[in-house]
Amino acid sequence: MSRYILIQSKSPWESGDVGHFYALARELGDRGEVTFFLVQNGVMAARTGASDAGLDGILGGKVRVLADDFSLRERGIDAGSLKKGVGSGAIDEVVDLLAGGAKALWH
Amino acid sequence: MATITIGIMDPPYESANTPTAFRLVEAAIRKGHNVNVFCYEGATALGFAGQKPHANAVHGLSLEEEDHPNPKEWVKSLLTFAGEKKVKLVWCNCGMCVDERGVENQVEGVCRGSPVDAWKYSEASDGVLLIGTE
Repeated sequence: MSRYILIQSKSPWESGDVGHFYALARELGDRGEVTFFLVQNGVMAARTGASDAGLDGILGGKVRVLADDFSLRERGIDAGSLKKGVGSGAIDEVVDLLAGGAKALWH
Repeated sequence: MATITIGIMDPPYESANTPTAFRLVEAAIRKGHNVNVFCYEGATALGFAGQKPHANAVHGLSLEEEDHPNPKEWVKSLLTFAGEKKVKLVWCNCGMCVDERGVENQVEGVCRGSPVDAWKYSEASDGVLLIGTE
């Protein structure tokens, strides 16, 4: 089974492409093992109460969703305030997946 | 030990992508992996040796107080860190991009190549990540 690491660096409010990236993650999740890693402004959508149907659509499904702990701290977001289904993770997670041969995409 | 190739395109002082790329390289080295970094377009200025720190007149801070971190220092630190960890860090610039920008004077350890090298690094790597611009 193919493994994928998709890295989302933008919030859904700064780029319309973000919605397409969520959709790509969801579709890949049907065919492989997908980690969706939110970094930089990408973590903004992970806050409880943030209105983002695209991200909500992949939570609780086959895609593992992580938010970069450093980006959360930079923005004053407590890891305990994230939406259900989003975990806090270190950038080491990305390195581990790359080292293990996962296919990577950055947006 | 794996080999990871990371492509960077953003110029210094422009995007949060740059510190994230530095963090990825640091984490990979810390975990004992070999890393190839291929800098394309504006990212070739990351290792430009002519970068200078500055004071902050707005906040009334001297050069020392401001302690402005120039990206070239991060590049040097990562190259040193790789040496300490006994892993290989290749920091390669697209030569044509360097010439276009006049940033030939790079910190020690940065090499010059072409997109062909990026292809070779990618072919020989366990994982590849391209951090593109907008």
